[in-house]
Amino acid sequence: MSTTEAAAPQSPVETIDVKPVNAKAERSLYAKRIKVFPKRVKGTFRTTKWFVMAITLGIYYGAPWLRWDRGEHLPDQAILLDFPARRFYFFFIEIWPQEIYYVTGLLILAALTLFLVTSVAGRVWCGYSCPQTVWTDLFITIERWIEGDRNARMRLDKATWTKDKIVKRVVKHLIWLLVAVATGGAWVFYFADAPTLAGQLLAFEAPLIAYIFIAVFTATTYLLGGLAREQVCTYMCPWPRIQGAMFDENSFLISYRTFRGEPRGKHKKGESWEGRGHCIDCNQCVAACPMGIDIRDGPQLECIQCALCIDACNTVMDKIDLPRGLIAYETDRNLAAEAQGSHARIRLIRPRTIIYATGIVLVGLVMLATLLTRSDLDVNVLRDRNPLFVTLSDGNLRNGYTIKILNKQYDTRHFVISTEGLPGAELSGVGLGEGKELDVAVEPDNLRSIRLFVTAPASEMTSESHPLTFVIQDQSGPGRVTSETTFRGPER
Amino acid sequence: MAENKDIDSITGVETTGHEWDGIKELNNPLPKWWLYVLYACIVWAFCYWIAMPAWPLVSSYTKGVLGYTNRTAVAASLERASANQAAYRDAIRTKPLDEILADPSLLEFALAGGRASFGDNCAPCHGSGAQGFTGYPNLNDDDWLWGGTLDDIHHTINYGIRTDHEDTRVNDMPAFGRDEILSREEIADVADYVLSLSGQTENPEAVERGAQIFEDNCVACHGEGGTGIQELGAPNLANGLWLYGGDRADVIDSISNSRRGVMPHWIDRLDENTIKQLVIYVHSLGGGQ
Repeated sequence: MSTTEAAAPQSPVETIDVKPVNAKAERSLYAKRIKVFPKRVKGTFRTTKWFVMAITLGIYYGAPWLRWDRGEHLPDQAILLDFPARRFYFFFIEIWPQEIYYVTGLLILAALTLFLVTSVAGRVWCGYSCPQTVWTDLFITIERWIEGDRNARMRLDKATWTKDKIVKRVVKHLIWLLVAVATGGAWVFYFADAPTLAGQLLAFEAPLIAYIFIAVFTATTYLLGGLAREQVCTYMCPWPRIQGAMFDENSFLISYRTFRGEPRGKHKKGESWEGRGHCIDCNQCVAACPMGIDIRDGPQLECIQCALCIDACNTVMDKIDLPRGLIAYETDRNLAAEAQGSHARIRLIRPRTIIYATGIVLVGLVMLATLLTRSDLDVNVLRDRNPLFVTLSDGNLRNGYTIKILNKQYDTRHFVISTEGLPGAELSGVGLGEGKELDVAVEPDNLRSIRLFVTAPASEMTSESHPLTFVIQDQSGPGRVTSETTFRGPER
Repeated sequence: MAENKDIDSITGVETTGHEWDGIKELNNPLPKWWLYVLYACIVWAFCYWIAMPAWPLVSSYTKGVLGYTNRTAVAASLERASANQAAYRDAIRTKPLDEILADPSLLEFALAGGRASFGDNCAPCHGSGAQGFTGYPNLNDDDWLWGGTLDDIHHTINYGIRTDHEDTRVNDMPAFGRDEILSREEIADVADYVLSLSGQTENPEAVERGAQIFEDNCVACHGEGGTGIQELGAPNLANGLWLYGGDRADVIDSISNSRRGVMPHWIDRLDENTIKQLVIYVHSLGGGQ
């Protein structure tokens, strides 16, 4: 690629001699990667991307440091994946392992939201908020800050290894690595108490697994964000293939108004626009593209729809006093209509979006309902099967049961266990005493497994199996759970 | 050889020079990174052969310079696991049984360990749920031959029943029929009496005759009314629970030929720690006194 900048003296816009390196004609599976040097642009979408980057990075780095008071027994980190204790904390929500279906629900919601957004406005996720995009953007920004804009970077890339180049490259990679370490470092804070772990990390006392994960995420961040960049989206990511199925002629996609731009050609100031297109072939859109494509070739797989070409083109249009929007978010329908001189209605509500939106609402409601109605007390009763029953020396029958009580509250709870349905039933348990009722305490946010025996006179048995109901009553609150099981005796 | 390069006119790619029916093979080499990974794997394989056990020999194998074996790895991880339990094991070894029973965390540990040891050592005779079989006592109920306190159970597991250990539990019921101590009729009458103790009376006259024979021959061990004497290991005959079956024929068989169940002593076979956990486990099954 030549770096000659053949700026026409008559035009306020410089024309860049650039080829879209990832355009279909240029691509070969065996070719070495041709580096992409995205040129800096200014505009609405670039500003939007700065905001999105600030917010997403802010959430990623800041979220583990948020606190949420859960009482003295439990961690006070707002978002925490506590693997040793098998709990997931998210502000006021606490997920136990058996409630992992909430995560499934969240994933379904995320997928449906992605489908909806994609069918309305194309690859918004890819262009603005995908971590690959955000971090690549951050790495390119750092590169630009140290090595300069497009031309300077290309010159430096071709230059021999002078002291200046070595210094710039070393500094760049060091800062990249620093960002990568910070990224990996922030990751582990989601899995342990952040302030404690931070102290341990600095004192080199943290668990080995923390360092391993930091190393892994440092490596992946550096490799994918710094070195691989657009190749991740083009070659590794399945989304570009899948998302194509969600577009239709009513989706807002980044499009080049071919009918307005063509035939393209160089333009000198003062020349008439009659008989030619508005595209002055300055290649600013190609130079700005982080994916190395030419949007004027039409929609293509590589395009992450980051809208930087819109900013680049709008800047040019302003300079040559033409209306903006030669490249813009536009629907296929409207493009076709405009080419005919009319205008197509925007159709946001269509079967596709209705189905996705309905799915989101349904899944969201189901999740909300289960979340609101879930109990902070759960009881499972397992009866012994081996032996099914025991005959005692006084002729009474005894059955063994294991009762598991889940206390999801943040305080110790005291329960009274009693039975219904079997007259004369007496309870007993190792360390629990005996009687019609047994008192048990369950520690905060814990599960207690209680083994107890029910003894009943054989005369109560009319068949080999008698229904029996365990009643677990919270002594301090309204919590009451019943669990039905059976009491077994000899065959009759 | 550069001058001999055969370039395919359509793709512009060099060919290998191989041609089949006019079809030429293009020379598209493997990507470099792929080759480097392959080379790295080859180097790794050689290093691995040297460092780790690798090649089978006729009667042995190459050991590798690191001296790694799966067996030592397992032993090491068992040792680590054991070290993690050290506090519990120490406490169980040093504390008396009733203190273990009173400490919830020790109790939990002992029950888990006891359950596992029971499955390994006791289940073949007593059943996996300790429910017992004919001739092998059910350990879930409250009917004990030799007593159901912690110490009684501990002694029984330690020294067994009718073993060659000097502290073993042993008793000797005569074989009243085989040794011709009682006649057939007398044995039948005693059997009727014994069955009557748990309410199974069919022949009142035989019961009456049997009562006298029982008084003369059995009371010394089985006690007044046949309620048993645990110090002697003499079973309670009046509670309806039968180790060898409660039919008339079973009872006659027991009286005629005696029963001499055997349980091994475990004091030499299991360590004190395991035995104590077993005691706690058996005691917790429901019959512990």
